[in-house]
Amino acid sequence: MSNVLFDIPGPKARLRYRAFAVIGVVAVVALIAFVVYRFYDSGQFAPSKWEWLEYSQVQEDLLSATWFTIKAFGAGAVLALIFGAIFAAGRLSDHAWLRGISGVVVEFFRAIPLLVLMFLFYYGLPIAGVQTTPFLAVVLGLMLYNGSVLAEIFRAGIQSLPRGQSEAAYALGMRKTRVMISVLLPQAIRAMLPTIISQLVVLLKDTALGFLITYQELLYYAKFIGSQGDFARPIVPSTLVVGAIYVVMCLLLTALANYLEKRNRRNKKVIKTSAKNTGVIVLTGDAGGAAGGAA
Amino acid sequence: MNVLLDNLDLFGPFFLTTIELFALAAVGSLIFGTFLAMLRVSPVPVFRAFGTAYVTIVRNTPLTLVFLFMVFAFPLLKVVKLDYFTAAVVALTVYTSAFICEVVRSGINTVPVGQAEAARALGLTFTQILGQIVLPQALRSVVPPLISTLIALLKNTTIAAGFSVAEAGAIRQYLSERGENQLVGLLWVALGFIILVSVLSVVQRSLEKRWSVAR
Repeated sequence: MSNVLFDIPGPKARLRYRAFAVIGVVAVVALIAFVVYRFYDSGQFAPSKWEWLEYSQVQEDLLSATWFTIKAFGAGAVLALIFGAIFAAGRLSDHAWLRGISGVVVEFFRAIPLLVLMFLFYYGLPIAGVQTTPFLAVVLGLMLYNGSVLAEIFRAGIQSLPRGQSEAAYALGMRKTRVMISVLLPQAIRAMLPTIISQLVVLLKDTALGFLITYQELLYYAKFIGSQGDFARPIVPSTLVVGAIYVVMCLLLTALANYLEKRNRRNKKVIKTSAKNTGVIVLTGDAGGAAGGAA
Repeated sequence: MNVLLDNLDLFGPFFLTTIELFALAAVGSLIFGTFLAMLRVSPVPVFRAFGTAYVTIVRNTPLTLVFLFMVFAFPLLKVVKLDYFTAAVVALTVYTSAFICEVVRSGINTVPVGQAEAARALGLTFTQILGQIVLPQALRSVVPPLISTLIALLKNTTIAAGFSVAEAGAIRQYLSERGENQLVGLLWVALGFIILVSVLSVVQRSLEKRWSVAR
């Protein structure tokens, strides 16, 4: 992909690249060495800072914190998918009032920061007399925000299908709902699967916001264990460990997205979405899309 | 309405801090993100690998974790002392750069091969091709996703509220100390963000019209 920008290097250029490579490696290694040295010098690699990992209680708590993260992710993902499907259908409806309402709802929840939504549910609703738990606030926030983004993804997917698909279905005598369920949705979902999963990666990362409303997930636990005097306040080790867990979880999801994308490319049943429509998706999909285009 | 009017001393400065955070982090991540994108398309494999590693790790880490690291772990390293605001700007820049990088890189891929080939035929070097021919076209063609990334950045500034930065996301906490109605206060905060996001969307649309590359 990048060899558009430069020719296949000749002997001189190869030499130059090799020199650059050496300089680059030295610079990166120096940077890493500096960071590691600072960690070492300030005692972050001292065995006492890592001992906490050996306690079985800590390991169990770490697992349960991971479970809390996964639980919020699972509930949030399912609800966001349902919310997205409903409002995508709403935005594609033939009734102007339904289109209007769905459009306002989707645009509204996409413009509000997710954290403010969670604050609204956790600190705001009790004032209106509705009691919520941190879990509920996190899941509701994830559902509304990511659901709105997913609604746009679904919509873009359905609109990217050639018009002949629905025209043919109508010509066969199918009704609106039938056309949507039997003809449009299966194709749209297939074509959009990689993008949908990228959005789920965003959702998974967003569960970490629960930390700020005292939902006891991974990050909350990292801060908790990191401030324990008994373990010499291992905040650097605990962030590193938890960070690694997050990266692995997200990469697993991303790998799934890449796998599906590859399978899609082989599969002739999948209709190629045009460049214009993928533009719409980039637009709707937050900074998100951790799976990203393999372009 | 009262919650807003009685606490204008909160809403005003706090939203101003949000905008400051946003502006500084936006400039920072546009520069660093473009630099990363240049690394990712460079002829030197080591640079490419470094760019890829950075983007992969950062994009799969929650922003809150980056904040946690910058605010609680980084000071222990005693490299430089950052106040909360600077730490927040750094965290936002580090995170958003990875996304900007990917957007810019996808833009580079939209520039027709002939452009770079013609530039090469004229004898321009890699840096010249990238800086004078490809990047200007690439950046213009990715205005919409670029601004979407910046909109996400704007919304992400609220996370700084959890780390002692007095920006819009933190208004709730101060309202609760004053015994004000947090629900109403939060709705005003939400409205504030809707307005800010709309402004960015308008900028997006006008830039898109003015800058679109005729091909």
